[in-house]
Amino acid sequence: MTSSTLQQSDEMKSGVRLRAFLLRQEVVLFLMMMIAIFILTLGSDKFLTLDNLLNQGRFLTEIALVALPMTFIIITGGIDLSVGSIMGLCAIVLGYMWNPTGPFQWPLELAVAFSLLVGVLCGLVNGLIIVRIGVPPLITTLATLALYRGLAEGISQARSVRNYPEYFYELGQGTLLGVPTQLWMVLVFVIITAIILSRTIFGRSLYAIGNNELGARFSGIPVGLYTIMIYAFSGLMSGIAAWVFVSRVTTTRSDMGTGLELDAIAAVVLGGTSIFGGSGSIVGTVIGLVLIQLLKNGLALSGVTTDGTIVVIGTVLILAILINNYIQRRASAVE
Amino acid sequence: MTATAARSHIHRDNLLTRSLSFLSSQEVILFFVLVGLIVLVGTSNPRYVAERNFINILNGNAYIAVAAIGMSMVIISRNIDISVGSLIGVLGTLSGSLAINGYPIWMSWVVPVLAGALVGAVIGFLVAYLRIPSIVVTLGLLSILKGGLITITGGAWITDLPKDYFLAQIKTPPVSLLGLNLPEIPSPIVFMIVLTILAALWMRYSMTGRAIYAVGGNAEAARLSGISEKRIIMTVFIINGLTVGIAAVLWATQLSIIQSTVPAGLELQVITSAVVGGVSILGGIGTTVGAMLAAILLSAINSALVFIDVSPYWFRAVVGVLILFTVLVDLLRRQRSRASARG
Repeated sequence: MTSSTLQQSDEMKSGVRLRAFLLRQEVVLFLMMMIAIFILTLGSDKFLTLDNLLNQGRFLTEIALVALPMTFIIITGGIDLSVGSIMGLCAIVLGYMWNPTGPFQWPLELAVAFSLLVGVLCGLVNGLIIVRIGVPPLITTLATLALYRGLAEGISQARSVRNYPEYFYELGQGTLLGVPTQLWMVLVFVIITAIILSRTIFGRSLYAIGNNELGARFSGIPVGLYTIMIYAFSGLMSGIAAWVFVSRVTTTRSDMGTGLELDAIAAVVLGGTSIFGGSGSIVGTVIGLVLIQLLKNGLALSGVTTDGTIVVIGTVLILAILINNYIQRRASAVE
Repeated sequence: MTATAARSHIHRDNLLTRSLSFLSSQEVILFFVLVGLIVLVGTSNPRYVAERNFINILNGNAYIAVAAIGMSMVIISRNIDISVGSLIGVLGTLSGSLAINGYPIWMSWVVPVLAGALVGAVIGFLVAYLRIPSIVVTLGLLSILKGGLITITGGAWITDLPKDYFLAQIKTPPVSLLGLNLPEIPSPIVFMIVLTILAALWMRYSMTGRAIYAVGGNAEAARLSGISEKRIIMTVFIINGLTVGIAAVLWATQLSIIQSTVPAGLELQVITSAVVGGVSILGGIGTTVGAMLAAILLSAINSALVFIDVSPYWFRAVVGVLILFTVLVDLLRRQRSRASARG
């Protein structure tokens, strides 16, 4: 082979690589997001301001915290419908343990720590039922969705807890270096989970489990242990989301986090993670999250009602998957 | 041993295992749990088993049982529909709007059912032909229906419905049989029982009904035996739309006000009924009779909590434990039947 043909094939290869890059779900989504931002900016001059965007970060936090472990779980081919209920239960436990007129009257820090522990336990129970008993994740977490929400309702008896000390609101309402406090938390978790998923043996094993669980088992991956770990992690993150949420809205109620699981799953799926498992990324999930939040906010500023916004998001979800399916099929046809 | 003796031995053995497997089927287990619950609560509070409360228990979840018929088929075909709650809200509102805007009453009963089938066809098309997973399609549709409903109606309640609109309040005429006065049965119970039996027979004996099990059980094998997976999935979602439409009309016509919102958590009650009724979420197994019994059981538990003086706030916790319990029993039973098949 002469050097010129070598060079030519190199050029072809980089052309193919560029194509492959442009056809990645994350890139397609990113372009969609840019188009959305462009249109929404035309709708209102308040939209594309730093203040507004940072403030939107506050509203995105709870969904983001839950969507990160949800990405792990969906990549393994599982699902966790109970996250919203875990968040509700953790919020109630936090308030119940601390409540100065209640039966326990624990210090606030201890109550927070205990509620996080409850979150981990809830996730652990999910994981153990799925792995040790072999109940499919959809049913397990459907059952625990009812169970954990029921516990939250039973414990609280529809009474809310309010009047937390002032410093407790710092996490949900304060700022650090000009950025909402909880956004730093999200940023740290995004970086940690992205590194775990793409750069560690543990993370890569999750893809293997999602692609071929039996194969993963035969290649020595501790499938059961890893599965239990990610559901426990999901429980922990739901607990943290509850903590941030209580701090932001200054009260605890047992219906907190209702429907959170659907928001989180929508963001993950929009971000290109296959609901059948085996593929996906944290970057995609983050873009999915941001796209949904920007749509909500931008449409609201353009005068669309909240309910009209929900319609748009549902449509975008279906269209995005449709377009992506089409592009991926074309791409595989080219190869 | 002579040949005939051996044959009769095999025959008896077969009969024994068959009756054993019948007794341990999900439907029979559910039935006994239901009877056990009623006896237990009834002895501690006799008013629980009074005729009126009994009819209320059957009537309360009848529309959920009707929706669970379609949901069972969807799940058996290895799909899911989480938009049913929103669709019931939308179709119920549609029914009420038609009635107060001067359309004939029969149209306000029939149009929502047809509209349900149309929505089902759209879902089926997206799932079967455009290959979008059903959980994603119905997740998106849930948002569209929920948001769209409130955007269009503004959440305004529908009142002043015509007097003969209330289909769900119609009762069967009183019948005297052998000197016994049989209770008047509200129409939702009749719909629930008739539709469940029809669906169960259709799924057991028709070609298409069997094909749903085949597609859910082993899609590859179904394809190789000449079943069109796409057509089956379309059919399943259209039937699901029909039963959701009927459920919506029953839901809308039971009270004198339609709130034109989406009833919260309704999809979970429908899916729970199907799953507790023995429909495996992995596809391929289950019957609609079990789903109906499960819907009745949920209603019975809800009512029982009131009668034994437990706060209704614990209801959902009980439901959660119940789902886990039935799934566990189901798994154990399947393991045993696999072991006995091997042995």
